[in-house]
Amino acid sequence: MTIGVGHYLTVAACLLTLGILGIFLNRKNVIVILMSVELMLLAVNINLVAFSHFLGDITGQVFALFVLTVAAAEAAIGLAIVVVYYRNRGSIAVDDINMMKG
Amino acid sequence: MHPFLTSIGPIFPEIIVALGAMVLLVYGVFRPETEANAEATGWLAVLVLLTAALTVALDPPSTTLLFDGAFVSDRFTDFAKLLVLAGSAVALILSFDYFRRLKAMKFEYPVLVLLATAGMMVMVSANDLISLYLGLEMQSLALYVLAAIRRDNVKSSEAGLKYFVLGALSSGMLLYGASLIYGYTGSTNFAVIASVAKGKAAAESLVLVVGLVFLLVGLAFKVSAVPFHMWTPDVYEGAPTPVTALFAAAPKIAALTLLMRTLHEAFPGLGPQWQQVVTILAIASMLLGAVAAIGQTNLKRLMAYSSIGHVGYALVGVSTDSVEGMQAVLVYLSIYLVMTLGVFACIVSLQKKDGQVVAIADLSGLSKSNLPMAFALFVLLFSLAGIPPLAGFFAKFYVFAAAIKAGLYPLAVIGVLASVVAAYYYLAVVKVMFFDEPKEKLLDVPRVPGLIAAGASLFVILFAVFAGPVVEAAAAAAGALKF
Repeated sequence: MTIGVGHYLTVAACLLTLGILGIFLNRKNVIVILMSVELMLLAVNINLVAFSHFLGDITGQVFALFVLTVAAAEAAIGLAIVVVYYRNRGSIAVDDINMMKG
Repeated sequence: MHPFLTSIGPIFPEIIVALGAMVLLVYGVFRPETEANAEATGWLAVLVLLTAALTVALDPPSTTLLFDGAFVSDRFTDFAKLLVLAGSAVALILSFDYFRRLKAMKFEYPVLVLLATAGMMVMVSANDLISLYLGLEMQSLALYVLAAIRRDNVKSSEAGLKYFVLGALSSGMLLYGASLIYGYTGSTNFAVIASVAKGKAAAESLVLVVGLVFLLVGLAFKVSAVPFHMWTPDVYEGAPTPVTALFAAAPKIAALTLLMRTLHEAFPGLGPQWQQVVTILAIASMLLGAVAAIGQTNLKRLMAYSSIGHVGYALVGVSTDSVEGMQAVLVYLSIYLVMTLGVFACIVSLQKKDGQVVAIADLSGLSKSNLPMAFALFVLLFSLAGIPPLAGFFAKFYVFAAAIKAGLYPLAVIGVLASVVAAYYYLAVVKVMFFDEPKEKLLDVPRVPGLIAAGASLFVILFAVFAGPVVEAAAAAAGALKF
């Protein structure tokens, strides 16, 4: 069996779904949410690189490099905000993020 | 001029803002860390924004493509960039007084506003999925930090955290959509996408349509259209008031113009597909914006639902996919910018002894203690409700006229009904200001935010007389898109 673009797309779709589910179903910890976000972005990278390879077009790989860079910046800012939040609340449990409602 | 300078001419405003941010960062780091220095950085940032606005205004009106078609500059982008720059500059000016009172002015604040503005300008000019994503992320990353800028405040850091999580989720979905679109069309350039994504095969392709929907969902998060609006009220409430003013003004304009350009320039061949989605977003936003605001007791939450509703009206114009509709959206955005900044100028100006006025009940009897301020807020709220002859009426009029011309009667009818319902909660605030008994004496209104509020209310009253230039500029800008 040869591995075609469809296989890569399936893996990426599974990873993306896991990432989204991780954000919505997780009630424990904000760090898990950050990990889920990274998972989503990596799913996109698999997509981009697979398409780039099978289309014979380099743009997708360039796009993937940009996504990696932005993902690093995003993780840095996310962790910084989590640290600020922890200093104020003393907790990063998702259920505790409920000061504002309505 | 040197040919290199001529070739990068159209991106000059972005370069000015980005370089300005870096220079001011260094300036802020090397000066002693005092309130006065931080405020000086802020005024220099305003100067940078004004310089950028000047270069945008001097930009030649012709359509220019840069960087292999990744960046476009035409009348449409010039119009949107002027709005974005004005919105950022006014929100920045509003912040000085607010942070001075809290003794929390930091030089990082204006630098972050500049970085966010540079991102928004790239969004407006994006003509490629990569520049779209980079502009969007540059804007978002700066805005997450701005929401949490009062780092000793629980609400502010919670607002930052919520905005970050949902913003990152929406970026991920947008990106997934972009990757599928790239996979189908083999390019990230809008013009190439438009040439491939048309006809029956494209409309029936699962990959392309799913990609388009994911892209739309990501953008809907950024403009806070229902059902992707959940973050808006919490972020608006928790973020410091001048930051909320910024959120309500400039990023909305950048994201909506980005949405217009992407849908219209990259997917003209899939019009029926995305028009359906945008119509649903518009109806849901208008209705929820009208209904959910009714029970609110917090002014900033009220403004959050108000902005959701206004995005709904703007999306009515987008869903027509006609030159009149696009023009109507641009007129709508200009008027919305003035109204919303005016209201936030009023909110920033109103202070009690123990802090900012945020509860609607705190406004009771404002007409007896400060009639000019009560009058300004009254005019601006009536305008947001869309009552003639104020500017907000014309904004809605153009949008609904475009919808009727495009044959979207149900959308226009629902829009009018929603604005009638929405008028109720604006009137409720006016009633509290004019007919309730004063409770607590408010402090004197600071000069600069007071002047901005007065200017905004004057614009709103006199718009009927001076509408011509704005409407004509919007028409020229909308004409720059291909129809």
